Amino acid sequence: MANVKELKQIATRIKRDIIQISSANTGHPGGAIGAAEIIAELYFSRMRHDPKNPDWEDRDRFVLSNGHTCLALYSAMARTGYFSSEELATFRKINSRLQGHPSRHDLPGLETASGPLGQGLSVANGMALAQKLRKSNANIYCLVGDGELQEGQVWEAMMTSAHHKLDNLALIINWNNIQIDGHVKDVMNIEPIDAKFKSFGWNVISIDGHNLEEIKSAFDQFENNVGSPTVVIAKTVLGNGVSYMENEAIWHGKAPSEDEAQKALDEIGESNFENDLIFN
Amino acid sequence: MGKAGREGFGQALLELGSENEKVVALCADLAESVKVHYFAEKYPEKYFQIGIAEQDMIGTAAGLALSDFVPFATTYAVFAAQRANEQIRLAVCYNQANVKIATSHAGLTCGEDGATHQALEDIASMRAMPEMTVLVPADADEAYEATKASAEYDGPVYLRLGRVPVPALTKGVGNFEIGKARKMREGKDATIIACGIMVERALLASEILAVQGIEVTVINMHTIKPIDEEAIIQEARKTGCIVTAEEHSIIGGLGGAVAEVLAENHPVPQLRVGTKDTFGESGPPEELLEKYGLTSEKIVEVTKQAMSKKNNVNV
Repeated sequence: MANVKELKQIATRIKRDIIQISSANTGHPGGAIGAAEIIAELYFSRMRHDPKNPDWEDRDRFVLSNGHTCLALYSAMARTGYFSSEELATFRKINSRLQGHPSRHDLPGLETASGPLGQGLSVANGMALAQKLRKSNANIYCLVGDGELQEGQVWEAMMTSAHHKLDNLALIINWNNIQIDGHVKDVMNIEPIDAKFKSFGWNVISIDGHNLEEIKSAFDQFENNVGSPTVVIAKTVLGNGVSYMENEAIWHGKAPSEDEAQKALDEIGESNFENDLIFN
Repeated sequence: MGKAGREGFGQALLELGSENEKVVALCADLAESVKVHYFAEKYPEKYFQIGIAEQDMIGTAAGLALSDFVPFATTYAVFAAQRANEQIRLAVCYNQANVKIATSHAGLTCGEDGATHQALEDIASMRAMPEMTVLVPADADEAYEATKASAEYDGPVYLRLGRVPVPALTKGVGNFEIGKARKMREGKDATIIACGIMVERALLASEILAVQGIEVTVINMHTIKPIDEEAIIQEARKTGCIVTAEEHSIIGGLGGAVAEVLAENHPVPQLRVGTKDTFGESGPPEELLEKYGLTSEKIVEVTKQAMSKKNNVNV
């Protein structure tokens, strides 16, 4: 269980990984960087999981629904020991286990494929139902993008989570207000999202998605909540900590050049948690 | 009259409730229609009603399968294979999730509900998906066996069940095995390969042909994928012409699958009985089958055409 100070260093490491890998291999850096603190808390502190025994039945599970932000997940998986951090260099390359959008093939610890948006919560519901059926106290965490909430299947799944009283499930919304074609409110407004979730029977918690104390507190509240699913609406900044990326839609799916990557690494700063990746 | 395929499924699933502790079931508001209600009534704790939300149901089933359960997700063919097509592709097939998608009311015999509810393209779309196994049982007994075999098999299965009763045909015709065709009748002049309710019609056609001095083999191809290539090639060598019969479009279903095997291994004349490139319409099942050419008389006619093509090739 890492404390807030350690988690800050870990989140910095994840951000550095994202910049380095996307710069060398293409990918979607913006949303992934914005999710770094949430992923750090989940993989390094909150979730009960064992990289040496990835199929452990009573593990907590993480479902990444917006699969394009998988760089943050791959970094966390590598840095917690599911695979070597050197393997991150294969991301999006041919014959790699680290697909552009996540695949379960030969990748223990990766809970579900994702990429086509709107599907993760349904899969997470199935996992949560399974844990209830097994009488396990394992929890399911599912991360979605805010633009992703435009997919109708999410709303089907929201009903299912509440109808089946899945209090072992936490949905986290990476709320950066950016999607490919612009600001979410301009492309297709989904506000007021907290009221919508409340009316669907969810336990709603709103936080600053970069503030590790608030993230920890939200998950504490989730763990103590009984009888309803929890949604953590995490306000984040796309490309948080990289001045030229912040809140710019283009950095949803664009990889930084070598110079841009260096500038980003300078701004993100050093991490005292493990070493930088070395690319040839 | 016998029972419908969906009845055999319902009975087998009910038994699986006590035989296999990992089996669970889901439904999207059609419990009695798809005969999952027997299971639901006996095992309410292992039955999940998802409401009219087929895409969510498929994803939920995948989550259960990824947690080591064996979920049967049930609805009409059109709402699973077609409405939830991409969910099946990603959450089930790409995940190699052990989900069984059991669908009823496939094909024209869905009847009065009309074209909107009559899946005639589902075999084609399910067959094209990597990892997917596609089963189309001929009668209630075979649906029962296919359901049990699906639960044993580790991987995605699409189980296509009919709405209308079919006489018992398969009891005693060897053991049911996924991927292994069942020979229903032996003859030297032509081979009819059928699936689903068309197996009965193929057998009726074979009797009419026999009276006319034509002896045909009838193959019950209950598994469309992986298809029994060996059986198809063997028949092509033996009789020299093939007729396929299915309650599905002639594009991409059984007819397409057989044609692929013949073309690459042992090309012989093949003709396809099935719906043409068209939608169905409302009407009583039997009248629809008549109007769209899915009858034993049609199979007789097409079999003779196939035989004449064979003779032309030989000349």
